[in-house]
Amino acid sequence: MCAAHDRLTEMKLKTFAGGIHPPDNKQWSAHKAIEDCPLPAELIVPLAQHIGAPAVPCVAVGQQVFKGQEIGSAKGFVSVPVHAPTSGEVVAVENRPHPWGTSLPAIVIRADGEDCWSPELEPADPGELSPEEIVEKVRQAGVVGMGGAAFPAHVKMSPPPEKQIHTLIFNGVECEPYLTADHRMMLEEPERILQGVALLQFVLGVERVVIGIEANKPDAIALLTEMCAGTPVEVIPLEVKYPQGAEKQLIAAVAGREVPSGGLPMDIGVAVHNVSTAAAISDAILDGRPLIERICTVTGPAIREPKNLRIRIGTLLSHLVDACGGLAEEPGKIVLGGPMMGFTQLGFDVPATRGTSGLLLLRHEDVPLHPEGPCIRCARCVQACPMNLLPTTIGAYARRDLISEAAEYRALDCIECGSCGYVCPAAIPLVQAIRYGKAAILAKKRKA
Amino acid sequence: MLAAILSLGFIGMIAAFALGLAAKKFAVEVDPRELAALESLPGVNCGACGFPGCAGYAKALVSGTVDLNLCPPGGADVVVKLARILGVEASAAAREIAVVVCQGDNRRAQVRYHYLGLEDCTAAQRIAGGPKTCPGGCLGLGSCQRSCPFDAIEMTADGLAVISREKCTGCRKCVAVCPRNVIRMTPYDATVHVLCNSHDKGAVVRKYCQVGCIGCHICQKTVPGAYKVDNFLATVVYEHSADADEAIAKCPTKCIRDFTTGYPDGSSLTPAVPEKPHAA
Repeated sequence: MCAAHDRLTEMKLKTFAGGIHPPDNKQWSAHKAIEDCPLPAELIVPLAQHIGAPAVPCVAVGQQVFKGQEIGSAKGFVSVPVHAPTSGEVVAVENRPHPWGTSLPAIVIRADGEDCWSPELEPADPGELSPEEIVEKVRQAGVVGMGGAAFPAHVKMSPPPEKQIHTLIFNGVECEPYLTADHRMMLEEPERILQGVALLQFVLGVERVVIGIEANKPDAIALLTEMCAGTPVEVIPLEVKYPQGAEKQLIAAVAGREVPSGGLPMDIGVAVHNVSTAAAISDAILDGRPLIERICTVTGPAIREPKNLRIRIGTLLSHLVDACGGLAEEPGKIVLGGPMMGFTQLGFDVPATRGTSGLLLLRHEDVPLHPEGPCIRCARCVQACPMNLLPTTIGAYARRDLISEAAEYRALDCIECGSCGYVCPAAIPLVQAIRYGKAAILAKKRKA
Repeated sequence: MLAAILSLGFIGMIAAFALGLAAKKFAVEVDPRELAALESLPGVNCGACGFPGCAGYAKALVSGTVDLNLCPPGGADVVVKLARILGVEASAAAREIAVVVCQGDNRRAQVRYHYLGLEDCTAAQRIAGGPKTCPGGCLGLGSCQRSCPFDAIEMTADGLAVISREKCTGCRKCVAVCPRNVIRMTPYDATVHVLCNSHDKGAVVRKYCQVGCIGCHICQKTVPGAYKVDNFLATVVYEHSADADEAIAKCPTKCIRDFTTGYPDGSSLTPAVPEKPHAA
């Protein structure tokens, strides 16, 4: 491993322009093997866990459900069903606190402890399935992008016929500080990932397949390189830089191409999936199992024992904290996901969803609040922006409700990675301002 | 010297002649009624009429396809003037003003997280649904105040928007900008309002607000017909609100207020005494 690491530091690693170097803080949990989180007594499964239309409940209160049984059906194409994470009784279908900050419809299941799989779920032989059948099974299994955005995977697997995909990129970058879920998955369950890679390669009919991994995971790079030897899959180590794992930045680093403004990766013949998504796709096809669990890194200085946990969707955050030995001290900030793009939570009474890649607990001293100061025109945000935007200009326009000007400066291209806000010495809430502008631009477009 | 004066003077004469000719040839006929209408409109360009500014409304008026009473800031006087200019009969719409139906400032209503971001309610609302626990309460960041062309909105020290009955012209700009729909248009003559915007159940409201409506129906029972309770929130039925003030003393959470006796606590606004009769 040491030799591999030396090789990585000597090589000129691929990357994108811009970006920042926050301390990665992965040492808390990078060496911890994945543990199964104990099954909680009650699971709260939100119906809105993905980008797109929320699922519609298809079970009634009092009904017995099996593990993996569909409890909410998809509504529309950009939507996926949700499934029971364990067997038990549906005790409520009502609004419950959601990681998005408000109360949203959820299905509450009281576990019966049997954890009994639905008899209807059957493994399939991928050799006998057509690409369309595979996509349909992935949709039925509720697979979404596991990197955090939770975009339904089947949508990315069915590009329109005029957009031929020639490069398939798997995202093992995990550039968010603190998070190690994908890292552990690549180390401990590479077979699942590679099965998913093969399935996606078959569905999209792609020649070139790449797995991009940040160079701070030399063990994962070495392992996957070894396992992929003799296959068309290439493992590319990437420079350690945030946001290397953002879709467009990963494409820029790996394929050397830029996704056109307002376009999608499929416009330049590229598809990007997270390595964990590949594993979920493999489960959905080879085992017939829907997406009901994921790896989640519980970490940060305010937790007693940081861990990488295999959690059921719908597990309350308080249960995750208990599974990690409880709190070391009162947290100053609770973040779902990573510190850069994660969602700050108001408490531990919300459930983990399919997009919950981590639970980060910071102390009060880790999150000092700086009042906003005046912009000193230092342009650090401009240098940091991985999308080559002018965050300070867009932010200033957005704050003055100069919406068309903000749009002219390509506010909609902002990926909200937070690099600008991270480097701003005046602590200007740039991302919030740009988000505000983006929402106003989209509202204006809808009206027109 | 002389040559310069002469030549420049000559050029000037030719240019003046050409300009005069062009002004005649390309003259734009403006309906004098349009100019007169524009003159009589308030000229604040608030957009309440739905046209691009006062000029847009004046143009539409002359075309004869729109009503004369679409200008709330102008009120009855403008309607009379416009009717005279356009030679038609018209009556003013009943005067409406905006009311913030919330009394839960940062002291009386629970704040669920420390917000340090853009001073804008819409931006704050996008962060986990806003820093107030109450889903309908005033966020107090003053977006409505900044949108008001008439300086009619006051932000109290504890973060509550209060609208002056005298200054509000009913242009609805604040109504459009408020992300929580906590500003309502009400008849000017109705002075009693239920100041709450939460449809949560009483027990839930009590947890996060001292002055929220708990949907107890007491007001409805005290003055039948003047109040209706819908989904745990009482509202005044403005058509039958003559005796609505009788319920104020009975309200257990004091969320009904008569604006002729005083504005919400913390506001520096005072009711005009005596109430100015409004020419309707």
